[in-house]
Amino acid sequence: MSDREPLFSSKNIKLLTNPLNVDNPITVQVLGICSALAITVKLEPSIVMAISVIVVLSVSNVVISALRKMIPPRIRIIVQLMVIATMVILVDQVLKAFAYEVSKQLSVFVGLIITNCIIMGRLEAFAMSNRPWPAFLDGIGNSAGYGLILIIVGFLRELLGSGEILGYPIFEKIGIYNIGYENNGFMILPPMALIIIGIIIWVQRSRTKELIEEN
Amino acid sequence: MNQEADNQNIMKSLRKFVDKIKPHFSKGGKFAKLHSTFEAFESFLFVPNRVTTKGAHIRDALDMKRAMSVVVAAAVPALIFGMWNTGYQHNLSIGMEATIWENFVFGFLKVLPIIVVSYVVGLGIEFAVAQIRGHEVNEGFLVSGFLIPLVVPVDVPLWMVALATAFAVIIGKEVFGGTGMNILNPALTARAFLFFAYPGWMSGDTVWVQGLTSGEGVIDGFSGATPLANAAAGLFEKLPSTWEMFLGTIPGSIGETSVIAILIGAVILVATGIGSWKIMFSMTAGGLVMGLLFNAFAVNPFMEIPAWHHLIMGGFAFGAVFMATDPVTAAQTERGKWIYGFLTGIFAVLIRVINPAYPEGVMLAILLMNVFAPLIDHYVIEANIKKRRLRAKS
Repeated sequence: MSDREPLFSSKNIKLLTNPLNVDNPITVQVLGICSALAITVKLEPSIVMAISVIVVLSVSNVVISALRKMIPPRIRIIVQLMVIATMVILVDQVLKAFAYEVSKQLSVFVGLIITNCIIMGRLEAFAMSNRPWPAFLDGIGNSAGYGLILIIVGFLRELLGSGEILGYPIFEKIGIYNIGYENNGFMILPPMALIIIGIIIWVQRSRTKELIEEN
Repeated sequence: MNQEADNQNIMKSLRKFVDKIKPHFSKGGKFAKLHSTFEAFESFLFVPNRVTTKGAHIRDALDMKRAMSVVVAAAVPALIFGMWNTGYQHNLSIGMEATIWENFVFGFLKVLPIIVVSYVVGLGIEFAVAQIRGHEVNEGFLVSGFLIPLVVPVDVPLWMVALATAFAVIIGKEVFGGTGMNILNPALTARAFLFFAYPGWMSGDTVWVQGLTSGEGVIDGFSGATPLANAAAGLFEKLPSTWEMFLGTIPGSIGETSVIAILIGAVILVATGIGSWKIMFSMTAGGLVMGLLFNAFAVNPFMEIPAWHHLIMGGFAFGAVFMATDPVTAAQTERGKWIYGFLTGIFAVLIRVINPAYPEGVMLAILLMNVFAPLIDHYVIEANIKKRRLRAKS
């Protein structure tokens, strides 16, 4: 055991930054697509969702990582679910108390964070075999990678679909409607979120050398 | 005689010129990067002189360029009628008398910009992609670019046409690998994009007739709504006569109104063997069967309209002749074509009647069946393999 490893060694930094690009949960691992399609109509719920997942994933990662030696392997999934569910309930209650409107917009999708494959995947693949600090960084990195895509998609969909950014009617202020522009109704429908994610994957793959596949 | 000689001279000098500049565009030449652009223009002017070096040496004279030209030629009657109808509907709505020629010129000037935008945007993207990927420019867009203007309302803003064309070419076609690899019909993809993105410009009763700001025209009794919209809304007294719907003197997308013009196109396509008569026939049959079923179990007036009315209303005829028969996106196997066409017809009428929000069910039905066409082919081939295996055993 190399206990003397610095907190932000290059290995640990990688845990944080890889999921933002070459190991992104949505665009590379293709996990968590469901919620990315459902709640990205507006930017605000996307941001709230991103923060919620960051909290849930980083805390559960730390908890599971701390408990990893005590968890009997046979019931580990149930234990993981218990931890995630506790966190999700906490997040849900906080949202209901302090951001009721957004919590109503997110509706069931806050509760469905429990089933977000990214969270189970990170607990199972990383937290169960690593110490709490790297697990924490891994949790932050992966949920931030997820949140990053959510925010990009949410921004584009709100801007092009409703002509607003965080509820501020930007297109109306520039007066773009006067020259015949109209909001794109397709952007509000879920298929367009899928197409935007597809385009993000396309751009990312063609720009990142590590991801270009031989065929 | 003299003129012919002149023409030959022009062609010869053109050939000489092309040959002269050719080395610059070949590998190692100054403009090697623009190779595919050069290639496209050369094969546009002359029949390519390339020969196969290995494998099969038998080549059909019917190459893609010729097949595409036939489809465009087949769609010309619908376009010309559409141009005339644009002028006719406009003058009808404001109560003006106009000659055939005046109507046509009016429509020509309205429709031409849409065609130009569709071609410039679509071909621009095709050339750019071919250049980036280093393959040849494909003729596929010649047809899509011609069909897109035919399936949109005449009032649609040009920038929307440009956006929809770009979407159809990039997302509908190029990401799948270009012409021949696309799952969805590009022209219908463009229309579907417009339909979902800007529903205000793709439905309702003002967009189908140029210059109409409210649903009613200047003269009493004129309605800009399409027959389908009227039928879906239960306004049966506003339905035009069967003859009008068959002839096409009704509001609608530019090229879809005249069944006669479309039938002329169908004859050209079937006679040259480019469009599959099996798909056209089975789709018509499917629409009729579904219409008759609705008639038999009618619970509302829309279900009661004669089954064959569905064939002459909206885009059914146009879809069956020009859209469903697209050789790339339709089923490839002969038995598959029957199934594909029949189901397209059924879904077209089903969506139309059951869901009043989507009066144009034909577009959605064809796109849906485009997605299922490979599956149909798969099972047809599997069934054939099974049958032959059984025969081999016995």
